[in-house]
Amino acid sequence: MSQPQTSVLVIDTSPARAAIIEEGLRAEGYERVQLVTDVERLAARIEVIAPDVIVMDLGNPKRDMLESMLQVTRAVKKPVAMFVDRSDRQSMEQAIEAGVSAYVVDGFRQDRIKSIMEMAISRFNAFSRMERELEQAKSALADRVVIDKAKHLLMKSRGLSEDAAYKILRKTAMDQNRRVVEVAESLLMSAALLGGDEP
Amino acid sequence: MSNSVRVAYLPLVDACILIAAKELGSAADQGIDLVLERETSWANVRDRIAIGHVDAAHMLAPMPIAANLRLTPFDTEVIAPMALGLGGNAITISQTLRQEAGFSEAVTAPGEAGATLRRAVANGGERKLRIGVVHRHSAHNLELRYWLAASGVDPDRDCEIVILPPPLMPDALAKDQVDAFCVGEPWNSVAVSTGAGAILTTKNLIWASSPEKVLGVHSEWARKNDGLLKALVRSLYGAAKWCSDPANADALQKMLAQPRYLGIDETVVAQALSGPAGYEPFDRAATFPWQSHAMWFYTQMVRWGMVEHTAPGLDLARRTYRPDLYRDALREFDAVVPSSSMKVEGALTSSVPVGAIGGELVLGPDGFFDGKVFDPDKVEDYLKSQARGA
Repeated sequence: MSQPQTSVLVIDTSPARAAIIEEGLRAEGYERVQLVTDVERLAARIEVIAPDVIVMDLGNPKRDMLESMLQVTRAVKKPVAMFVDRSDRQSMEQAIEAGVSAYVVDGFRQDRIKSIMEMAISRFNAFSRMERELEQAKSALADRVVIDKAKHLLMKSRGLSEDAAYKILRKTAMDQNRRVVEVAESLLMSAALLGGDEP
Repeated sequence: MSNSVRVAYLPLVDACILIAAKELGSAADQGIDLVLERETSWANVRDRIAIGHVDAAHMLAPMPIAANLRLTPFDTEVIAPMALGLGGNAITISQTLRQEAGFSEAVTAPGEAGATLRRAVANGGERKLRIGVVHRHSAHNLELRYWLAASGVDPDRDCEIVILPPPLMPDALAKDQVDAFCVGEPWNSVAVSTGAGAILTTKNLIWASSPEKVLGVHSEWARKNDGLLKALVRSLYGAAKWCSDPANADALQKMLAQPRYLGIDETVVAQALSGPAGYEPFDRAATFPWQSHAMWFYTQMVRWGMVEHTAPGLDLARRTYRPDLYRDALREFDAVVPSSSMKVEGALTSSVPVGAIGGELVLGPDGFFDGKVFDPDKVEDYLKSQARGA
């Protein structure tokens, strides 16, 4: 479905997320999409873009400024209202939880903004999930490095095989009801305090 | 039932009462688990309280009034059972404007500063002064406009008042993107410390003993959680007293400077707390939500065309501030509380001891710099005297 008339402006501090939103809009047939990650001289740019819909992330510290700009700017000829408005409490909650907000010019069709918002909400959520997974992956990697160090310390100081060293760590963790990485950390810390071999 | 109370705040000096209540354990002593959530914009504060993500928030004093008058996107009723201090903001000008207009580097009385500014505007030709404030519905905007108008400078014809996030103000001033700004501390002190600007005059000098932020509470939450609300007010009252004690100044500035709260240099926080902006967290009934304050903000919102005056509108604005809840919470608590809910703003020209519930309170001075008096019983006359072209 082509939406040739509708101009959408995406204001997002994260270029990666903005690109994901843009892709989603294009997939729904919106061809006039503009991305803005830096809001310098935004008023002038809004004048050129003349958006019908503005999608904005809530993490932007300039949000108060942007809202007031939308209220006073002569560029947007019609009054701008916040979509996540009185009428639809549920989507308003979902949008704020996802961290996104939208503004529409007066008279824009409710059903059309709804589909834009649904797409934005789901993509914002997917983006957060990706970020969390990336965070977890990073922390899992860091855990592995610590466990490897502890294993090598045991192998060296007690002449164990890698497998045997890991079993000791795992058994200690189970006995003490702790995570393997915590046991490994304590071991490395004790070794450092006792002035033993540098792990 | 959960005893947690979630409160949003912006990293500003006058969030100190909330931060101290958490850090000192005053909230825990009152049996509540105070969860503080730092936010990045007032719009986010408004949204998150609307959908019940937070129960209460550090808010610009006119914000709850604007919400109840339906000037904001959500139909959220917000009440203010407590103020979060007096004073604390200032008008800072760029070095360029200071030199052009011939201001001194010292903090100047608003009357004199205004007269100098009027001359500069008259000599400046077509150029409008650009002045930054933090939000449309802020004490900053309304007091700045009051000062400009009383000085013979039209805030709309002679100036362009723009909204900027506080942390960006010093930089905007340094780059001459704005000629001046009106903002809460620490951002005036930051601009002074970087050399970007000089404090011209202060909120305290424009309207003495006036509020800057209030505790905004979602009214539905307040109705359902009367016990928690009272405990919150009591814990904040205790924390405000602690913040006001000079013996705690060191501990307070260390507490605020921490990365998870304000996250700025401790010396700048110290300067902001002791500087000319004169933030007062406790003395002079600094946490009492005077209904006359709410009504004055309302008159200024009418004056600048944000809302049309109606009798129910005025009443709604007045009832946004809830001294009754404040008194209720502090009954049988070691507190001295004003017995009246309104006062004539400008009646006290100096500090005066007045009778109060639980002892004696020193109030005032509470006047406007131009000597005009706001009598909450004569709102119509006040509005007429300020009408455009009057």
